[in-house]
Amino acid sequence: MAKSPRSGTRALGGIKPSGALAGVVPFFAYTTVFLLIPTLVVIIAAFVSDGHLTLGNVRALGNAGFLTALKQSIILSALTAIIGAVVGGILAYAVSTARPDGILKRFITSLCGVLAQFGGVALAFAFIASFGAQGMISAWMKKAGVGPSSTLWLYQWDKGVLLVYLYFQIPLMLIVFLPAVEGLRPQWREATETLGGTTWTYWRRVAMPILFPSFVGATLLLFTNAFSAYATAAALVSQAQPLVPLQIAGTFTSETVLGQANVGKAMALAMVVVVAIVMAIYAWLDRRSSKWLVR
Amino acid sequence: MSQRAAVRRKQAIFRWVTVSVVLAFFMLPLIGMLDFTTKVRRGGRTMATWKTLMNVSEISTKYPALKEGFIASIGLSVITVVIMLALLVPTMTWVRLRLPGMSRLVEFICLLPLTVPAIVLVVGLAPVYSWVFYLFGESTLWLGLAYVVLVLPYAYRALDAGLRAIDVKTLSEAARSLGASWFRVMWRIVLPNLRTAVLSASFLSVALVLGEFTIANLFSRRNLQVAMYQLGKSDAKISVAVGLLSLVFAFVVLFAMSFVGAQRSGSRRRRRPLAAAVAPAPAGTGSVKEPS
Amino acid sequence: MSVASPNAERGVAVELTELRRSYGPVNALDSMTLHLAPGEFVALLGPSGCGKTTALRCLAGLEDPDAGTITIGGRDVTALPTNKRDLGMVFQAYSLFPHMTARQNVEFGLEMRGQDKSTRARRAGDMLDLVGLSSQADRYAHQMSGGQQQRVALARALAISPQVLLLDEPLSALDAKVRTQLRDEIRRIQLEIGTTTLFVTHDQEEALAVADRVGVMRAGRLEQLAPPQELYARPATAFVAEFVGLTNRLAGRASGGRAEVLGVSLPLLAGSGDGNVEVLVRPEGIEATPDPNGNATVLSAAFLGAHGRVTARTDGGEQVEVQVASAALPSFEPGQRVRVTPRGDAALAVAR
Repeated sequence: MAKSPRSGTRALGGIKPSGALAGVVPFFAYTTVFLLIPTLVVIIAAFVSDGHLTLGNVRALGNAGFLTALKQSIILSALTAIIGAVVGGILAYAVSTARPDGILKRFITSLCGVLAQFGGVALAFAFIASFGAQGMISAWMKKAGVGPSSTLWLYQWDKGVLLVYLYFQIPLMLIVFLPAVEGLRPQWREATETLGGTTWTYWRRVAMPILFPSFVGATLLLFTNAFSAYATAAALVSQAQPLVPLQIAGTFTSETVLGQANVGKAMALAMVVVVAIVMAIYAWLDRRSSKWLVR
Repeated sequence: MSQRAAVRRKQAIFRWVTVSVVLAFFMLPLIGMLDFTTKVRRGGRTMATWKTLMNVSEISTKYPALKEGFIASIGLSVITVVIMLALLVPTMTWVRLRLPGMSRLVEFICLLPLTVPAIVLVVGLAPVYSWVFYLFGESTLWLGLAYVVLVLPYAYRALDAGLRAIDVKTLSEAARSLGASWFRVMWRIVLPNLRTAVLSASFLSVALVLGEFTIANLFSRRNLQVAMYQLGKSDAKISVAVGLLSLVFAFVVLFAMSFVGAQRSGSRRRRRPLAAAVAPAPAGTGSVKEPS
Repeated sequence: MSVASPNAERGVAVELTELRRSYGPVNALDSMTLHLAPGEFVALLGPSGCGKTTALRCLAGLEDPDAGTITIGGRDVTALPTNKRDLGMVFQAYSLFPHMTARQNVEFGLEMRGQDKSTRARRAGDMLDLVGLSSQADRYAHQMSGGQQQRVALARALAISPQVLLLDEPLSALDAKVRTQLRDEIRRIQLEIGTTTLFVTHDQEEALAVADRVGVMRAGRLEQLAPPQELYARPATAFVAEFVGLTNRLAGRASGGRAEVLGVSLPLLAGSGDGNVEVLVRPEGIEATPDPNGNATVLSAAFLGAHGRVTARTDGGEQVEVQVASAALPSFEPGQRVRVTPRGDAALAVAR
């Protein structure tokens, strides 16, 4: 049968035998093929065209169309991240004041768990069914005589798309931020009170500083979430390509234009760079607060 | 009556107002969907769309694409879950037992997909898949290989929370001292104790696979989401109804699981694997989800 | 010894009168009255759920009593919010603000009182000195041990020179050695500054060791409030006798203030019953001697360090715990015949 227990214990104590390493080979092989190679492909191919090293692909990013899309992607992601973080943060606090194992908390966390993953085709349809030309809410608004006369706003990146993105950003914020809010110990509030502080002091001097790193971290997370999102925008916006993911998809499907695929890789690299910058900010922030943060 | 009661009442009012407002925002599009699927052109209501949806034979003859996409997505879910479990459970357990120095690296790799947008992954996967399709034939099911990467972070965290809750090392040392082989340790000791975590990881993976659009669409493969998208152009009602149905289904499952996970263990501080999986990563890597 | 602390003049009197508090059907406080003399250190002792923590939290203003009054230094504070009550409180654990250093934690209360920076710094330095942690001033909570954290919490509570110090099981999260150490230190500091102190604990040894008076609570009521020795030697009820220290329950016959137990007539405490009763006798109130013609058989003998404990079964079928000197322990072996006799100390008899 297998090794005797004695050889097992010796292996635990002594120099690692190659047998132990063999156990993780499948995992590393798989992730190399399906994760590391694709990532490397993007990075390398961004600088290659027709088998030659070139900066042409990266230079092609300088065109106005891409820069506008990048700017709009960043603005959209930042706005939905901030609004989502504020609204979701308030919601998380509200939920944290409910009974720990009560129905309300379970209901909201389950709902948000689903809605945070609900992006994509169905979500776009939901908003078209509500705010589109024949939508229920459009009909209400028409009856009440409020709102815009046309429903074109729904398909614009800075209006409709923004609203739709909030639909998964707010729930995501709740899921991500609730553990931090629940980590606030009641003793901290009580200690503040016995030391002579008011509720306001508690929030300003204790709760907010403690929550701040998690809040910023969650906001950055929401940013990358919106920045990477493709399906929702693709299903909602069919005419133009106002966002980077849509542009990348465009280079993918338009096989007629030669060399487009490599420009797409350059765009993908640009996305990776933006996400990497965000992660770097997060890491820096994290190190700053890890002086007192306990994990 | 007293100040504390007043504070509590204020808190309750704040809670209900906030929750109501946000819930209204969450519910409106869903009601919009329901409204849309039951509307008749000249006013009035019809359940025709829902009746069609409940009628399996009718839906498969009338909407072959939807059927095809649905079957593909089910197949993809199974493949993804099987590969994910076969890849992660032994590796994570093994690393805990024998190669603790590698745990950071494994964690890093598992959380890496969070920082690589799915669309970028598609770009990079294109050459890999041209080989896969060339070698193994053009089946939609091969997408499952890439989906494993997408679900990696969520599955990792769910399983990690499960492994944290039990002391794998002591348990397996106990089993080894009683003469069990490593295979038996895995099968008889580790897996039974990880039941909840495995269930959560699988559920999250299925949810993610059923909602996946980006990769399938860009590789021109038809899964459930792509079928819904295509159908949305010709018969929007049935498409919207499928979307609503899958959402309600996912909610019911998640809501039910929130009770199961909580009631089991007595210790309050033990984190539920499902919650742990969707909560933020300790290393600060984001929780970017694919289908958004 | 009763109320006399050397710095009593600096403390104030605290009176909880007729406090009631119920959570649904449960009476956490059932008309509880407790008066603390100025500068006195009172420990509230009882099993979990007896209402001791509720009493302390009502005094802190963190809970509202349904009825009753609370006064501090003669001033009625029943309706006053916590932050106006002038208290220092040390919690069970984890109460330090994690994003502040030890020094910043201690300064926090002073800042709330609008004191300037240099005063704050000086005072915080003094307080950290007092608890012996000057060298740890710039550490964060997670960089300190549990005992150090509780010292900082104590320094923080005392920095504001509160009228009353509240200790809510401050030692229960610590390990045994640190626990005794910090316990004695708390007492030393309390005597030094003379603040009236209410200390809640479920550990009888802790309560007996530090308090001027110990109150034993049960089901929202104070069963007995007395100095430690008196509580131990003259428990007012069976509950107190059994909760404080180890007690044997032995069958006996009581009449006229005396009871016959294992053939010895014992004087009885006030409040004892008559007739066929159970008499509560401490292990150190019984003697055991090896004797082939004895009245009991040894079941086990345990060495406990300073002394030993012999468990024996009497011929009447009762199990008796007896404290013996460590040196005598080798002469007791399981199965051996012994004679167990009560020493003649006063005991409490309760009706069966």
